[in-house]
Amino acid sequence: MSAPILELRNLSAGWGSAPAIREVSLTVERGEIVTIIGANGAGKSTTLMAISSILRPMSGQVLYEGADTASVAAEKLPAMGLCQVPEGRRIFPRLTVAENLDMGAYFRKDGDAVRHDMEHVFELFPRLRERRDQKGGTLSGGEQQMLAIGRALMGRPKLLLLDEPSLGLAPLIVEHIFAIIRRINEESDMTVLLVEQNANLALGLAHRGYVMETGRISMTDTAENLLQNPDIRRAYLGE
Amino acid sequence: MTPASKAMLTKIVVGAVWLFAVVWPMTGITPQGFEFGKAISIVGFAMAAVLAGLGLWKLRQKLDAAGFKPFTALANRCCGMPPWLWRGLLLAALLAFPFVSSRYGQDVAINVLVYVTLGLGLNIVVGLAGLLDLGYIAFYGVGAYTYALLSIHYQLSFWLALPLCAVMAAAAGVVIGYPTLRMRGDYLAIVTLGFGEILRIILNNWMQLTGGPNGLLGIKPAAVYLPDPENGWEFVRVLLKSPEAQYFLVLAIALFTVVSVRRLADSRIGRAWEAIREDETAAAIMGVNTFALKLLAYSLGAVFGGLAGAFFSAKMRFVSPGSFTFIESAMVLAMVVLGGMGSVPGIVLGALALIALPEVFRDFENYRMLVFGAAMALMMLFRPAGLIPAKRVGRRSEEAHS
Repeated sequence: MSAPILELRNLSAGWGSAPAIREVSLTVERGEIVTIIGANGAGKSTTLMAISSILRPMSGQVLYEGADTASVAAEKLPAMGLCQVPEGRRIFPRLTVAENLDMGAYFRKDGDAVRHDMEHVFELFPRLRERRDQKGGTLSGGEQQMLAIGRALMGRPKLLLLDEPSLGLAPLIVEHIFAIIRRINEESDMTVLLVEQNANLALGLAHRGYVMETGRISMTDTAENLLQNPDIRRAYLGE
Repeated sequence: MTPASKAMLTKIVVGAVWLFAVVWPMTGITPQGFEFGKAISIVGFAMAAVLAGLGLWKLRQKLDAAGFKPFTALANRCCGMPPWLWRGLLLAALLAFPFVSSRYGQDVAINVLVYVTLGLGLNIVVGLAGLLDLGYIAFYGVGAYTYALLSIHYQLSFWLALPLCAVMAAAAGVVIGYPTLRMRGDYLAIVTLGFGEILRIILNNWMQLTGGPNGLLGIKPAAVYLPDPENGWEFVRVLLKSPEAQYFLVLAIALFTVVSVRRLADSRIGRAWEAIREDETAAAIMGVNTFALKLLAYSLGAVFGGLAGAFFSAKMRFVSPGSFTFIESAMVLAMVVLGGMGSVPGIVLGALALIALPEVFRDFENYRMLVFGAAMALMMLFRPAGLIPAKRVGRRSEEAHS
């Protein structure tokens, strides 16, 4: 087996002086969908922000394709194949849908391939094609989430970081979006690291899962086993 | 009476009372006692204007309902014209202007064009990159003093000094921007305000170099070589001192600025600036080097301030710190906001409105700033995105494809 695409070694990070995550270690293999589940404030988003170098680690390492990202500036990572769909979508509200997608390919110089990829995003999300000259801020929550995912796909990621794509969306739309994520993973062999509060859905989609509690990884197993685990069912699935 | 018109009537009465409360203390309290006539006549005029406006508005609604839309038809026809045609017409009008205008009109036009350049430069910073800069006039000052010093001490010609002024302003932009651009929003605004004042105070106190509050005298105007028909078409050096000549010079600078800013706004860099304005963290996640691009916006904005400053000192042949106060920064910012942030035609119109309107209101003498303030408040109420809001134009990558 080749080296994991992402490995965290005893990573501690936080926004102030106190770390929000402590000694987090996890691995993501190529082609996998891995999920981090946990309650609000467990440190899931902090973990993603540290992986994408927006937040500098206090101690520990982030190894992406075997190399430490500590010396790599955040803006270099998309070109290395690490793209993020941030929490709360964070689309550019006063840019059009097409311009938002263009921003996802900001670092790319291959114009023809970018146009081809935009077509591909429009095939995945036909709603975005209908709205492509509309300002991002005028879209519904579900459409904005599609746009945020489409924007990240425009960078042709090897590893896609997804932060709570189900946040505030109707169940039907969430199901649609999760089906698309599975399709992307299967068709283009894209590795996905998914952070979710909705444990049931996330474990239904992922191959493996990590459970996060108050800044630490408390448990890890295959998604199936976690779904069967009585503690998980009680704590996160409301049984 | 319908409830709607009753509510309208109440609003008008409340408005009249409010206006009276504002106007009367200023006009009616005199050392000789109280006087009401003036305030009542002003309120009366205002009410008449409001009622006339309401009448016109109702009329327009009726005409709209009847399908009579002359302005839309006109706009459609104008948009149907090829762009080179209306651009050519506009350019011809701009070139012909000094020959049909009075000396006074030329002076106002020169002023407007200086502020168009400043407004467009600030637009890069505020409108595109979304960085609120309250000290922009500092770069105007850097440009003006750079040319003044080069002209006085080294007799450098205007044309050689102009790029140096741009470089100095850009350097000042980097020096000020490097420590300040780590801040966001309100904090950035306060710090830029501080740097603007620091520069003015330096100019005011560095007696050996800047002459302090006395300013610098003896700056040479720009000069060009033109063939002289009376002297066998030999090239002679002509100083650009007349208002017409100055008008053409500043027109060239303003047109250069318009073209540059438009091209920048449509470029990849312009898109990245807009992304930073919308959401800085998201832009960084997309691979935008946010700090470098903010610094670039700041120093490129400064370049146009520097160009305008060089023209200003060549025109006035005198500079002093009094020309670079905070009120000037506020004025340029008001043009950008009023005209429409990020919109080139909007800012041109904003500069025209803010320079020309106070001139038009000269008849009101002491009240002209009051009328001016009222006009601004009204425009912000009715057109909050500016007179000509920025449109989402520009080529999109998939357009060439489809």
